Amino acid sequence: MSLDTIVQGILLGGLYTLFAAGLSLVFGIMRLVNLAHGDLIVLAAYLVLTLVGMLGLNPFLAALIAAPLMFALGWGLQRLVLNRVLGPDILPPLLVTFGLSIVVQNGLLMGFTADSQRISAGALETASIDLGPVTLGIMPLLTFASAIAVILVLNWIFYRTALGRAFRATSDDPVTASLMGIRPKAIFAQATGLALVIVTIAALYLGMRANFDPTIGPARLIYAFEAVIIGGLGSLWGTLAGGIIIGVAQTLGAAVNPEWQILAGHVAFLAVLLVRPRGLFPRAYD
Amino acid sequence: MRPTVTTRTRASGIAAVVAVLLIAAGLALPAVADRGLIKDLFFILTMLTLAQYWNLLAGYGGLVSVGQQAFVGLGAYGLFGAAITWGMDPVLALPLGGILALIVAVPTAFFAFRLAGAYFAIGTWVVAEVVRLSVAQWKAVGGGTGTSLPREVQTDMTGSALIEALFDVRSAAAQDILAYWLALALAVMTIGGIYLLLRSKSGLALAAVRDNAEAARAVGVNAKRMKWLVFLAAAFGTGLTGALIYLQKGRISPDAAFSVTDWTAYVIFIVVIGGIGTIEGPILGILVFFVLQTLFADYGSTYLLALGLIGIFVMLFAPRGLWGAISDRTGVQFFPIRRRLTLPAKPPGT
Amino acid sequence: MTLLQTRGLTARYGDFQALFGVGITLEVGECVAIIGANGAGKTTLMRSISGVLANSPDQVVFDGQPIGALPADQVMARGIAMVPEGRRLFPSLTVEENLLIGAHGRKVAGPWTLEAIYGLFPILKERRRNPGTALSGGQQQMVAIGRALMSNPRVILRDELSLGLAPVVIRDIYAALPRIRDGGGSVIIVEQDIGQALKVADRVYCMMEGRVTLSGRPADLSRDAIHDAYFGALA
Repeated sequence: MSLDTIVQGILLGGLYTLFAAGLSLVFGIMRLVNLAHGDLIVLAAYLVLTLVGMLGLNPFLAALIAAPLMFALGWGLQRLVLNRVLGPDILPPLLVTFGLSIVVQNGLLMGFTADSQRISAGALETASIDLGPVTLGIMPLLTFASAIAVILVLNWIFYRTALGRAFRATSDDPVTASLMGIRPKAIFAQATGLALVIVTIAALYLGMRANFDPTIGPARLIYAFEAVIIGGLGSLWGTLAGGIIIGVAQTLGAAVNPEWQILAGHVAFLAVLLVRPRGLFPRAYD
Repeated sequence: MRPTVTTRTRASGIAAVVAVLLIAAGLALPAVADRGLIKDLFFILTMLTLAQYWNLLAGYGGLVSVGQQAFVGLGAYGLFGAAITWGMDPVLALPLGGILALIVAVPTAFFAFRLAGAYFAIGTWVVAEVVRLSVAQWKAVGGGTGTSLPREVQTDMTGSALIEALFDVRSAAAQDILAYWLALALAVMTIGGIYLLLRSKSGLALAAVRDNAEAARAVGVNAKRMKWLVFLAAAFGTGLTGALIYLQKGRISPDAAFSVTDWTAYVIFIVVIGGIGTIEGPILGILVFFVLQTLFADYGSTYLLALGLIGIFVMLFAPRGLWGAISDRTGVQFFPIRRRLTLPAKPPGT
Repeated sequence: MTLLQTRGLTARYGDFQALFGVGITLEVGECVAIIGANGAGKTTLMRSISGVLANSPDQVVFDGQPIGALPADQVMARGIAMVPEGRRLFPSLTVEENLLIGAHGRKVAGPWTLEAIYGLFPILKERRRNPGTALSGGQQQMVAIGRALMSNPRVILRDELSLGLAPVVIRDIYAALPRIRDGGGSVIIVEQDIGQALKVADRVYCMMEGRVTLSGRPADLSRDAIHDAYFGALA
């Protein structure tokens, strides 16, 4: 149980926060949980991979190009499919996004085969800083910094812009929001688009960090979901806390026995759920 | 004369007769059917049973679980565990599979009911993952790679010798017939049990809780108890079915027994296509699914992709599924649950 | 020209019909009051005009244009703002943000700016950073009115203003009404308090069970006529 293990866990938490931030955003605004969220992260990873291969770009630039494409995908998905199933009944959005998960996974399998892929990041992959008791990999550090940046930007959007006001108002009361000239369906589409931009950032770091294949989506969804629940619905900084907790639990578990890494994360989640069903920093009203 | 409540319709009367005939035919089938057909029917009956339980949970109980594969796997591993560790006859060990699933269902419900809606769904998925990862550590049943049913235990199953003599077949074929009969019995008991539950007062309470939990509580329905009841019943039934499925397969591994695709995705597809919230729906759904599976399963990912798309389209444009569409047009119900109040005729002169 | 009118307005909630051919008019600069008991259809009328409920296009005409079928955001953009029943402030927004969002769909130059609203209701300036719902009922009503004014609307619909408010508070809010009219707004108010309505309105409509049962200038309406129209004369 060394300091190094904990620090690695915290940095891993950055990646999980990136997985979770988009999920948290969409649920906060429209009470929708997209069961295909993890698969969309994998889709974005393949998109970045393709752009790197096709255009010979550095992965960060490829992600920059992929981001607006993913925004458009999210926007279109919400407009054409998800807006139709939003409503008091929870079953349709659940089943539609579950079906979407199957479609994305198998589409990727058909397009790219089940082979493991990796986005090569050159020297960055192994670069590190030696800080005495701990050695910090540059990649995990970048990932964590990006997670913080994403949360800061999202908070800025939510609390300092007109769009953010519209997000919050629509989340509170879509009917009265429409009386203010807001079109809830358009807001939802923008929110999903924004969520998929965050998904692209998450995919970039996922793809550079480890091998990926079309079937790893659901596990990412589960980590994202656990981070959101631990943090508390409606709190973006809470999602960061949740991601860090999962990350640290996993690295601690792995240090004891590598086979226990994932299980340790789940156990930590269940433990928090046991004592704090609403999460650590839940919104006051829901 | 007091007012009476009836649910029977003409269509249901006919359906009841047809059902009895079908069951009788099903029992006699092994005398004439070849082994391939028996195996296909086994698949249909077990998937139908799983679908009925998922439908009970989600369609009637309003509890959408994407973690039922946990109970399929637990039932199967309960059976294999008993057979391997205690040399138990698999047929006698079937209920143990159900019981193991039931035992794990208790803490599962405890955690999962702390969440609502879509988060409940993912919560059940997390539990399924925890169970899968934990079972993969169980060395006695093969750990991560899995194991087979011991030969001695397999050939000597209760009823196996009787069937061999009755139909003049070898041991392996007899086991298939035995499994088929058990599946038929399980399917009939499940559908019958669910139908009786829905016609009972508990069933009415269940519908009330699904529609509006607050209002249901206001009239004295114990919503929490109903949810627990339904969840545990579905877990037990799913575990029992899982045990039977793997009894027939003879070989188990964590990835197979806890597969989300086989035990949740396909099951959800069957229920959604057929018609969620009806007993007839999954029956129609499994028939459609079986045809699709037989014709197209070889196409692998393309097939699964198509299934996913079909599921999405059905939820968008025909959320009540095939049976819902038929029932809406014709008003037919083979398993009628809607209660009609018949008032006594007024004597003339009042 | 008549600024706003409804013609044979019908509305239903599922199988239940709430409005049976309601016709009202609003001239530029007027203040019209709709009175009636609970369930008379007053709020349904407001929701129809504001676009929350969809009707046939010609059933609501604004500035000569049929708007009956338009959704709420488009109606608002044309200059009809609503102060909804129950205030319905956004709990996730501060007082100031609640005001600002009032202009989200319509940015038109006019007398009503943030500062002007603070001038109308000075207490709000003190509380500008509080969450919208952490205020007293009367103050919330002020925010709701200010929110509607921020879009410099040509018509303001005010639904059930006096519900649950102390008489002193109601008086303060109604005192602001002349300034609103001076700013160029024409107003339709829905009121359960008949006395208050008769005091401020140029014309009054009385509704019962989805129909207009009486209309006219307050001076021309007798107490008995209003009573009958409000409660329904016994057959």
